[in-house]
Amino acid sequence: MELYSKGHRACAGCAEPIAVRAVLNEAGPNTIGVVCTGCLEVVSTGWPETAWEIPLIHAAFENAASVASGVEVALRKLGKKDTNVIAFGGDGGTFDIGFQALSGMLERGHNVKYICLDNEAYMNTGIQRCSSTPYGASTTTSPAGKYSIGENRPKKPIAAICASHDIPYTATATVAYIEDLRKKVRTALETEGPSFIHVLVPCPTGWRHPSDKTIEISRLAVETGIFVLWELKGSDFNNIKITKKIRNRKPVTEYLKTQGRFRHLFKPEIKQDVIDRIQKEVDEKCKRFGVDL
Amino acid sequence: MTKLTIRGNMATALGAKLCRPDVIPAYPITPSTLFPEKISEYIADGELDAEMIRVESEHSAMSACIGASAAGARVCTASASQGIALMSEMLFIAAGMRLPIVMAVGNRALSAPINIWCDHQDTISQRDTGWLQFYAEKNQEGLDLMIIAFKVCEDKRVLLPAMVGIDAFVLTHTIEAVDVPDQKLVDEFLPKYEPELRLDPEKPMTFGSFGTPEFYQEFKYMQTEAMEKAREVIDEVFAEFKKKFGREYRKITPYKCEDADVIILTMGSMSGTARAAVNKMREEGKKVGCCKLTVYRPFPAKEIVELTKNAKVVAVLDRDISPGFGGALYGEVSAAFVNEEKHPFITNYIIGLGGRDILIEDFEWIYERSMDVIKKGRVEKPVQWVNLNEEVL
Repeated sequence: MELYSKGHRACAGCAEPIAVRAVLNEAGPNTIGVVCTGCLEVVSTGWPETAWEIPLIHAAFENAASVASGVEVALRKLGKKDTNVIAFGGDGGTFDIGFQALSGMLERGHNVKYICLDNEAYMNTGIQRCSSTPYGASTTTSPAGKYSIGENRPKKPIAAICASHDIPYTATATVAYIEDLRKKVRTALETEGPSFIHVLVPCPTGWRHPSDKTIEISRLAVETGIFVLWELKGSDFNNIKITKKIRNRKPVTEYLKTQGRFRHLFKPEIKQDVIDRIQKEVDEKCKRFGVDL
Repeated sequence: MTKLTIRGNMATALGAKLCRPDVIPAYPITPSTLFPEKISEYIADGELDAEMIRVESEHSAMSACIGASAAGARVCTASASQGIALMSEMLFIAAGMRLPIVMAVGNRALSAPINIWCDHQDTISQRDTGWLQFYAEKNQEGLDLMIIAFKVCEDKRVLLPAMVGIDAFVLTHTIEAVDVPDQKLVDEFLPKYEPELRLDPEKPMTFGSFGTPEFYQEFKYMQTEAMEKAREVIDEVFAEFKKKFGREYRKITPYKCEDADVIILTMGSMSGTARAAVNKMREEGKKVGCCKLTVYRPFPAKEIVELTKNAKVVAVLDRDISPGFGGALYGEVSAAFVNEEKHPFITNYIIGLGGRDILIEDFEWIYERSMDVIKKGRVEKPVQWVNLNEEVL
């Protein structure tokens, strides 16, 4: 049985349901889900329907981690320790408004598996800039214009920050590599204590790409080195494991060109300085992580 | 039964402990901090089999309360002032999700200016969150009301959260003699919490759904109906409590009101001072009585009308202020009378904000103002501030 069922109201091509299905099918029915306010909650919980075949609780935007803390402790107290607790947060609910609650949950060592579904902006409210938004992306609150290249700050390194809490397991994943995602969920579930999995989920509406390109763009994010797939047990970054090393890494333009949010970098004229900076930062990151084969 | 001389915070913590909570998420804040400290001690010493979650904010405290309660645990917490303001968003959600969480409050003023002392602004400003609200006059009431609150909240007709307020410092930090009920009696009074609905993989359901305009209003209606039902449940539980433990509680408790021309309405610890003032004034032949509200939500409008309708003046004391209006209790007492043919003059006194002492002289002053109203046959100034230091203004 699918634990995240069909009939939900996500946009065509949305990567979130793909990720959620993979996570839940790996976790199985003895799981309680916690979801923060955002696209996922809106498209899946409209009363009297629900897409969730597991018990689910949604409370507010910034607190999936603290609600999950309560669920996990209650289960422990009531002798139901074998039930998985999985929290789903969007990037807004994780990087920004829910950051404090997340940090608290990780620091306290709750046995909660936190899945961040990152589509790199506040998509539910209409594509506003978040600290997850990458440098150069145009959003409705960081629009490209005569005096603007779009978002002018780099993406917050959320997974590394979480790992720095010295939690047992941190990983990154994306929907093009679904087996990699499932394996990481499995590892998280098998590891006692908090885990954080950062999942890049392309958003056709916000990234402005055709809805049948979701998986392709997810794969390009990895093949260009924009998004590195890694996992780490503990907080010693020397032990980081790159789960998808890249041979002949593609130039970032191959990724950027697929999405309307970066169109202003190419039209009406090419903004080479911005593209060069993105490429340079990706090159440095890939070198640091040892991504290239 | 054991008799202890303890602070108010310890009384509410003991009350909570006797209810055998499963999970206590809490964040320290003056003047409530002793509550989580005592709970931590009880757990550390093996006196209480519960899990404490030492969260990173009050917002997370209430969020964790919601998660734990939805998972089927009996849950309580404590907070005050800025902490309650910070968790305000989650107070609405706890009530909307019909979770019987109980919170002990050390009623404290809100910033700015920052002030750690007593008034009721913190909980009064949360009156529309859908929580039941109880206000204690003394430490014994703080302890008892914790037990009563769980019993009322967990009743299937109610399923709503409640706050139990004890006044900052005047009660939280003041030592009084308290009768501590036997655990066995409390266990009989408050059986194990067995919610019909909980987060259960055997019977999956979604809590906290998205409510569209076709359904939202019905959710709110049912929630409001539960608050209405709480009226009778509170009376039943008060009666059962009296039978079991011998102490009587009422939604409103009048004192020397039968023939009173002037009735002074109070909440919290000032109620004892009010009775002392009434005694003094009665000796001087003044026809004055007072009445304390123990239950503020659901609002005991009928009871107040019934008690005060034959008085000439009802002086409503508010330890809170809604700038641009007056005190909250004043507004509600006035509203209670709006469809009555005959009603007393209703006047409002803003008193004791930010821990300003409330003295017998203040009640005498209020009585004099009330007699002015009777003499003149009209209210010239409906909202007055008591004991203002004109030099500072």
